[in-house]
Amino acid sequence: MGFGHWDLFRVIRNSTMLLYFFKRLFNLVPLLLGITIISFAVIHLAPGRPAYLKEMDPRISLEAQERLMKLYDLDKPLLKQYLNWLKRVVRLDFGNSFVDGRKVIVRLRERLPITLLINILAMGLIIGIALPVGIISALKPGGLFDKWTTFFVFLGFSLPAFWLALLLMLLLGIKLNWLPISGLRSFDHHQLSFWGRNLDLLKHLILPVSVAAFGGLAGFSRYVRGNMIGVLKQDYIRAAYAQGIDKKRVVYKYALKNALLPLITILGLSIPGLIGGSIIFESIFAIPGMGRLLYNSTMARDYPVIMGGLVIGAVLTLLGNLLADLCYAWADPRIRYE
Amino acid sequence: MRYPSLKLRRVIPRSLKQWFSKLAKGNEIFLTLSLFTSLFLLLFYPPSLYAQQNQQDRVGCYGDTIVVGSIGEPITLVPILAADSASQQIVGLVFNGLVKYDKDINLIGDLAEKWEISDDGLELTFYLRKGVKWQDEVLFKARDVLFTYQELIGPQTKTPYSGDFKKVKDFSIIDDYTIKISYAEPFAPALASWGMPIMPAHLLNSEEDFKKFSRQPIGTGPYKFIQWETGSRIVLEAYDDYWEGRPYIDRYIYCIIPDQSTLFLELRNRGLDYIGLTPLQYQRQTETEFFSRNFRKYKYPSFGYTYIGWNLNNPKFKDKRVRQAINYAIDKAELIKGVLLGLGKVCSGPFVPNSWAYDPEVKPAAYNPQKAEELLAVAGWNEKNKAGFLVKDNQQFEFTLLTNQGNEGRRKCAEIIQQRLKEVGIKVNIKIVEWGCFLDIIDKRRFEAVLLGWGLSRDPDCYDIFHSSKTRPKEFNFVSYKNEKVDKLLEQGRRVFSVGERKRFYHQIHRLIYADQPYTFLYVPDALPIINARFRGIEPSVNGIGYNFIKWWVAEEEQRYKLQE
Repeated sequence: MGFGHWDLFRVIRNSTMLLYFFKRLFNLVPLLLGITIISFAVIHLAPGRPAYLKEMDPRISLEAQERLMKLYDLDKPLLKQYLNWLKRVVRLDFGNSFVDGRKVIVRLRERLPITLLINILAMGLIIGIALPVGIISALKPGGLFDKWTTFFVFLGFSLPAFWLALLLMLLLGIKLNWLPISGLRSFDHHQLSFWGRNLDLLKHLILPVSVAAFGGLAGFSRYVRGNMIGVLKQDYIRAAYAQGIDKKRVVYKYALKNALLPLITILGLSIPGLIGGSIIFESIFAIPGMGRLLYNSTMARDYPVIMGGLVIGAVLTLLGNLLADLCYAWADPRIRYE
Repeated sequence: MRYPSLKLRRVIPRSLKQWFSKLAKGNEIFLTLSLFTSLFLLLFYPPSLYAQQNQQDRVGCYGDTIVVGSIGEPITLVPILAADSASQQIVGLVFNGLVKYDKDINLIGDLAEKWEISDDGLELTFYLRKGVKWQDEVLFKARDVLFTYQELIGPQTKTPYSGDFKKVKDFSIIDDYTIKISYAEPFAPALASWGMPIMPAHLLNSEEDFKKFSRQPIGTGPYKFIQWETGSRIVLEAYDDYWEGRPYIDRYIYCIIPDQSTLFLELRNRGLDYIGLTPLQYQRQTETEFFSRNFRKYKYPSFGYTYIGWNLNNPKFKDKRVRQAINYAIDKAELIKGVLLGLGKVCSGPFVPNSWAYDPEVKPAAYNPQKAEELLAVAGWNEKNKAGFLVKDNQQFEFTLLTNQGNEGRRKCAEIIQQRLKEVGIKVNIKIVEWGCFLDIIDKRRFEAVLLGWGLSRDPDCYDIFHSSKTRPKEFNFVSYKNEKVDKLLEQGRRVFSVGERKRFYHQIHRLIYADQPYTFLYVPDALPIINARFRGIEPSVNGIGYNFIKWWVAEEEQRYKLQE
């Protein structure tokens, strides 16, 4: 794109812009507080109680159970529990998990890198495929290429991920023996060379990343296609053609830039999704990611972990929104904030 | 990474294809030659090979790794906090208790060499084994037992198992290898309760709330903890100085794969050596030549049963005759065939057939809908409405059968029962609830009937489940069963230590509870492990297969993973 980083710098230095930025940042605080109050209330009022065992065990006595409730502070009124929680969170202490007593932040941190890695790779793959697919389809809407890619991306959209995953595992893992089926590392991972370790990781990532990306192709390529078709019909494009500018230049320089603008919003909104993970394919591929952690925590009513996950998700959503707005101002000279 | 001098190498190529590609790369002539030589040997010297194998059958071979697949991930490796089966599985390999169950489910000494029970049953004296070393070479002594006990009853310890140990009146150390424990009243399950794994005092005295220990335990057991990759796997390694003798299998890898289908595909890919099968996988998906060549399947009754619990405070189920009628109206053989594909046994009471407490005289009632209808009629349910359901006092016989989400077997079970009870005029609504909510409903007794299972310990004491004093919220007699005779027998059963005497009490309990039908006992499902055929020394018993795990071994030429220097 035609903007250098100096442009961004200029925009930020612009004092109205800076003021706007801080105003927005300041507004996030009450919003975040509201989110935590609602989340806290909802997860505590939902029926059920902390239960990390999947079956009943008659050896667990009533006294022991009540002692546990006390040690977890669950016998206190809800408002008091919330204030205690808030006091700790302000100091960035999310408390300890009910399930294994470890720090919530540690449990989230050990799951985060792999979820981020897979989601960023999948996102990259989606953009890498959907962008050209969308653009080329838009040049000839209803053409053969458009029809086939439409079919393909919607196939990906509608196939259940777990089913596709199992079929691919059967084919590529068992029948052809090309790729490992599950997990992230082989047993002998620790004794491989540096490149060997990366190759091992890469092999393990191919299936999950492809399955995750396949489902997301449809949305993104449709956006690109739609925007592109809209922009190509604009007067200024017609004017460019009329001036005899080369078709490639018109499409890739003038049309594409404008067609990509709305994608900033979509990318901004997808930031919280990057840490969310997915219970379905993390379970199928046995990947220790955030999706599995948060699902299991919800099932066990492990309130501190659920709240930790929710707060981080909320912060990222809000920041993602803000970032998208800022990027918009940077990329589109027509938009200025007062 | 903490892998000192040991390296893991895959010995057998993953597939024939890779093997051939290796063959093509180099050493062609040598490999081909050796292939022919081995073929030649196979053809002409079968007797000698066989003899060698036989010899190894007797001796046992060190080496190889067992890769165990499981759906659940352990929660903590602190023995006194570990309540889930995954945690207990690992804890069981890293630690020892004072006593343990042998293959015939008799209590034998583990860290205790022997023990004495005073005549009045109030005092237990354990004589500890000498020369047992913790995995950091420190000697195991009486202070470790004392420490474990103190932690179990400590007010800050988040253990669910304090109950049995709160009954201890006095704990005294006589010398380094003798301890005396006294109880206020005789308590037979106390002996088994000392199967609780013992923790090292010298390491934990200074560590608060076991944060580090829960993910890096050190025990006295046959395997040393090496590494835990959260959400992926746990690696254990044979402990050379184990007091019972070093286990044959070098390494134990516990793989966490949360999806049953993936677990099965990994087994099929030979990435796993040992998993538990579902009935469907056992009966249908493993009946192929590939599996019969590479794996061995085992089948034995599990220590648990599935039942319907009736809320006895509900007027409909207060009447014993109604409960008996329902027992006649449900065809258990059909349930076992439909839900377990035949892999289970009819259950006739609160004990499993493998236990000495089980009274074989109690014969489960055969399916008999006519008798059910007669009994219901005697109980006042003798009219039917237009829809074909029984009516009494203008009320239709209708109830909600509650069960938990995520258990396919229980859902199917509920549906079959719904059909059978409809035939005798009872309308059943099925409600499937997520586990956390389910427990809440049970705690508050807001159910009519539940379909649930009990996993049992080896001691038959079921005081907590059936004694009338255990009906408070969150206690386990949630059906509110009250029978004075049973109460008395349950109390007597825990007061004597001799199995012969206890047997009499528990046989009576079995009969009384079956006659009362507070539960409709359905079935005891089979445990269905499958293990790679290269593992030898596995001897199924009434206590399952795990009891002699340290004696399992793999013949040298069949070893798949090698530990390299």
